[in-house]
Amino acid sequence: MQIEAEAPTMEPLSFEKVSRRFGALSALVDVDMRVSRHEILAVVGPSGCGKSTLLELVAGLQEPDEGTVRVLGDTRAADRRAACAYMPQRDLLLPWRDALGNAALALECQGIARAEARRRAKPLFERFGLSEFERSRPNALSGGMRQRVAFLRTLLPGRPVLLLDEPFGALDAITRTDLQEWLAGTLAVEPRTVLLVTHDVEEAAFLADRVVVLSPRPGRPVAEFEVDLPRPRSAADPALAQIKAEALEVLRR
Amino acid sequence: MIRALLALMLVALFVLAWQGVATLGSVDDLTLASPVETWGALRDDWSLLADNAAVTLVEVVIGLAISVAAGVLFALAMHLVRPLRDAAYPLLVASQAIPVVVLAPIFVLAFDYGIGPKLAIVALICFFPITVNLLDGLRSTPPELLKLMRSMGASRLRTLRSVELPASLPSLFSGLKVAATVSVIGAVFGEWAGADEGLGRLVLLGNNQLQTPRVYAGIVLLTVMAVGLFALVALAERAACPWNRKERLV
Repeated sequence: MQIEAEAPTMEPLSFEKVSRRFGALSALVDVDMRVSRHEILAVVGPSGCGKSTLLELVAGLQEPDEGTVRVLGDTRAADRRAACAYMPQRDLLLPWRDALGNAALALECQGIARAEARRRAKPLFERFGLSEFERSRPNALSGGMRQRVAFLRTLLPGRPVLLLDEPFGALDAITRTDLQEWLAGTLAVEPRTVLLVTHDVEEAAFLADRVVVLSPRPGRPVAEFEVDLPRPRSAADPALAQIKAEALEVLRR
Repeated sequence: MIRALLALMLVALFVLAWQGVATLGSVDDLTLASPVETWGALRDDWSLLADNAAVTLVEVVIGLAISVAAGVLFALAMHLVRPLRDAAYPLLVASQAIPVVVLAPIFVLAFDYGIGPKLAIVALICFFPITVNLLDGLRSTPPELLKLMRSMGASRLRTLRSVELPASLPSLFSGLKVAATVSVIGAVFGEWAGADEGLGRLVLLGNNQLQTPRVYAGIVLLTVMAVGLFALVALAERAACPWNRKERLV
């Protein structure tokens, strides 16, 4: 089953001369960026460079001070919000709901009844190997499992654009590698337009089709790397190491 | 199991100490009845005590119910309407600063001699912990979670129902535990201000008539009532918030 979600002809996501300030503090300056359909774009940058702001602008949770953010051609915050699914850094699972209920929450927010929402979430759990955890409460799940459930919650409403904010930032290294592979596999069968924000260059290169490096505050794209490698990728691929080294070089400048 | 045993031992120790002090020659029998005398009063006057305890229990339970209903409504209104919260919070605190003992006789004047003033006082005392705790609970939702709900297109009502209300349940129960224990005190104040039945009145009467063992029997029953209510709330909490089982019963 594919979760259908497309308005195929429109450009999914673009920033045109976008700036965002918080009082006297400039978070983002002159950001020009485009993401094409089913592309995975990773944005890396030092902490405080406005990466999360970038995502919240797309998600319609913030408005730019200058410039235009377009999602599927729409600039209104409500329309942007409706086209995006946002996955925050922390899993933010509700402790009183089981895993299935947590994933189903996204559908309930669209007015779908709870039982129906759970019914629709079920096949996804089966497909991505979480069936046996459907009824587990978050406190019985490992960090990695929780993050998987959070990702299914993001996937489930079938929004065309996924916004991932350091999705694996809180995980230990081994779980993290596991989840990166899992995410790559999931996106291979459930392709979406993805904007991924991370401070981990390795993660960016492993997952993305293209990596954009932001400067320290105020954030501005300063370099871009195509990751033109076939999938599934191996984390040990020397080409990845090469990209990582180059991106780090830019970040250190 | 060990915890229960320990608690039991502590109670036994307390009763023993009480008995010890009461049998000291220098302690006036009219001031302190021993556990044995209290037990005697409980046995001999059981039907009298039980009838009056039932009256007080009804006052407490109905008063609590009123305060829960009013407290939940008030907290929700204050949570949803920001100006109302700012305006009403000082009033809420003031309502608790008024000494209830002073209010009780006025309530009796206003509501007459029956159950009315008792309910008003119990409700007034219990309203505060319930409202304040629930309000704090409703406001404790992490901002990132509210942001997530917004990004998922959730309506205000959906966020309240699916996130804020369940998240505030443990706080509500904390408020209820406090309310349950003070509700009995409220009922006693109410009865002292004017009543012709109830445990509070019986204790007051016993005091005037120098029936010290009966007074102590009344106090024991009042305590048992408060502890029982507390335990009931704790049980309800376990049933309602199974995800939040850090603390154990009593």
